[in-house]
Amino acid sequence: MSTTTDPDTRPDGFRLGMLINDTRYRSYTFQFIALVLLILGLGYLISNLLDNLARAGLNISWAFLGEPAGYDINQRPIEYTSQSTHARASMVGAINTLIVAFLACISATVIGVVAGVLRLSNNWIVSKLMSVYVEAFRNVPVLIWILIIFLAMSNALPQPRTFRGDDATSSMLFDAIAITNRGVYIPSFVNGAGSLVFWIVVIASIVGVFWYRKYAKKVLYATGRMLPTFLPSLGILIVPGLLAYFILGRPVTLEYPELSGFNFKGGIHLRLSLIALWFALAIYTGAFIAENVRAGIQAVSKGQTEAAGALGLRPGRIMNLVILPQALRVIIPPLISQYLNITKNSSLAIAVGYMDITGTLGGITLNQTGRAIEAILLLMLFYLVVSLSISAIMNVYNNRMKLQER
Amino acid sequence: MASEYSYVRTDFLGESPPPARETGVIKWMRENLFSGWLNTILTVLAIYFIVRLVVGVWPWFANGVWDADNLAECRQILDGATGACFAVLSDRWTQMLFGIAYPADGFWRPTLAFILLFPSVAPALFAQYVPRKFLIATALYPFLAYWLIWGGTIMIPIVTLIGFVVAYFAFIRLERASGFFMGFVGGVVAAAVIWYLGGFVTDAMSGFLALPEVASRDMGGFMLNMILGVVCVSLSLPLGIVLALGRQSSMPIIKGICVIFIEFIRGVPLITLLFVANVVLAYFFPPGTNLDLILRVIIMITMFSAAYIAEVIRGGLAALPKGQYEAGDSLGLNYSQAMRLIILPQALKISIPGIVNVAVGLFKDTTLVSVISMFDLVGVIRGPILSSTDWTGVYWEAFGFAALLFFVICYGISQYSQWLERQLQTDHR
Repeated sequence: MSTTTDPDTRPDGFRLGMLINDTRYRSYTFQFIALVLLILGLGYLISNLLDNLARAGLNISWAFLGEPAGYDINQRPIEYTSQSTHARASMVGAINTLIVAFLACISATVIGVVAGVLRLSNNWIVSKLMSVYVEAFRNVPVLIWILIIFLAMSNALPQPRTFRGDDATSSMLFDAIAITNRGVYIPSFVNGAGSLVFWIVVIASIVGVFWYRKYAKKVLYATGRMLPTFLPSLGILIVPGLLAYFILGRPVTLEYPELSGFNFKGGIHLRLSLIALWFALAIYTGAFIAENVRAGIQAVSKGQTEAAGALGLRPGRIMNLVILPQALRVIIPPLISQYLNITKNSSLAIAVGYMDITGTLGGITLNQTGRAIEAILLLMLFYLVVSLSISAIMNVYNNRMKLQER
Repeated sequence: MASEYSYVRTDFLGESPPPARETGVIKWMRENLFSGWLNTILTVLAIYFIVRLVVGVWPWFANGVWDADNLAECRQILDGATGACFAVLSDRWTQMLFGIAYPADGFWRPTLAFILLFPSVAPALFAQYVPRKFLIATALYPFLAYWLIWGGTIMIPIVTLIGFVVAYFAFIRLERASGFFMGFVGGVVAAAVIWYLGGFVTDAMSGFLALPEVASRDMGGFMLNMILGVVCVSLSLPLGIVLALGRQSSMPIIKGICVIFIEFIRGVPLITLLFVANVVLAYFFPPGTNLDLILRVIIMITMFSAAYIAEVIRGGLAALPKGQYEAGDSLGLNYSQAMRLIILPQALKISIPGIVNVAVGLFKDTTLVSVISMFDLVGVIRGPILSSTDWTGVYWEAFGFAALLFFVICYGISQYSQWLERQLQTDHR
């Protein structure tokens, strides 16, 4: 036997075949092949792209962002005219996206939590009603809901001119809010002298409420003494603000919307497209959140409730101190991915003409300048940044809420 | 017998019925509807809401006009009463179902394809109850459906099918002999050869069992939603499995590629991907290639849903106990064998409900193609129907019908998913 001279079994020998057959090297081979294939594939796509662009006489250039946009945006949270640049238009769109996503996230959470809790209620008729709501909205495309709500609102709501004259058929809510088929007009704040101080006081009192509740909890855990929370919180929230308001001589006033001509002037005008999109996203995503909330509450085993009851806790405290902290751990991660969905679904604004970033950068700017590749790249980048930031927040939260296993 | 009691009853009383408030409907109502003041308020509110809804909707529905040529005629028939104008459905239902350009004498073809869909997917969906050999119907269905919907000679799907079959057998033979990788390459080569040769056959027999051809751009209506949904979900399943395995892989480069792809796709809205399909994707193909819009949309939606399915399957893979992987290794199975025989069957089983959820979401999202001016169900309603002079303004009826169609399908699928979840639940709780 001449196994020792056999090159195949020499311990330090290396043959080409080992790149495939030896598990030590195989992964490098595969990764190398994958990398080469990827580079070849991307190279092929990019060479096609360059080839096509050259044939069409195009190039990749970002100069269009600095050119005047030349179109109007009807809902502009920051200053914008048709003479502003495309970059400015995209920024307006981005802010509009964030506005509608933010509004929809908050209202969807409220709707979802209420619906999810009610669905678990032992009231038969209410829980059935909530299942009907959840199933009806979960199983129909959100685009259809957006369109239905938008069309229904613009047809069913009163026109601004019905608010006119002595025989007006419509009236404003509390003389402050006008709901019309062109949108909703709400009062806006007018900041006078000293308003800065007032707002600082308001924000400080909100912070103060949180601080006080945290303090009360600390006292409770340290000494077992239970400080009252509701009335002091209310006091901290309202009293300093009121004091500041009157001491400073009413620095902040409200500007009410008023009829002038055939339309309302003054106040803040929320376009119907914004309202419809907001409402549709909130009620659609609310159905999903309701399911998450229900699953989260059901995930807390019944023994927890019973144990807390056996300790003599009242139902409200059982919910606050025992059920919710455990349920939230289950609810929050899917809740945040629902927020992600809202942000992404807000791009459907384009269907109702709300000027979000898909409507400005991905819509009119793209069509006017023909810079499809650049515009869509920027658009994707925007959504990626938003999504990744939300995911990052979620990861931080998850790490904080993770079960502390010892 | 003397007793200190003046009267002792000696016979038993018959059982008296329980108090009225403790039985039947009244008890149920007391416990379920009026158990406290909060519950009572909720009940009253709910009943008020339902009554308002029914009172508001019922006359609209009951007075509905089913036979009219346009909205004005509807209003004339209704004569001031509230009522729906369902005539838009009876007038335009073919457009809603098949789009505006599909030839009218061919409506039976997509209809037949739709009906055949159910028996064909049943063996896959109800695997416990249908013998395995019926799975062949599932495998044959795509080719048959392609022939029915797009038309042309039946030789094209047959040649494609033969290519797949030959590739499969080549893979089996070569894999036994020289491993998964060679088997895969061999299968691809065999299929390519068959399809190349088959090209001559189909050219020669272009009239054989030929249905009139329908171009892709003529697809529309609900049919388009169904096509996009079914095709993209089926295509994205294998892609999603590959991506999930890649993401679980220990090789950093492959893992990195998969992670970047998945997170990128999941981070952007489907609309931007559809924009890519509409205006950008054509730039990435060699000059002169002219891909259908529907094909480009299918590519992008498939990538989109593959990323989501990959995440679901990754969850399934992560949920498997580590012992399963080790068991595969200790049996001496290589990677592909361990995955195919041990890991994936279990991981896929766990992830089926999640995959079904993704499928439902994707099916709903196919309506987004109306934004890039394709005439799917929503696009047909928004475009040709609501903007026609006859039917402008009948949006409740039209969109209600669309919502109903989607509801029936999505609700059906999600009920199936819940049933399956109960079937797969093997732990006893």
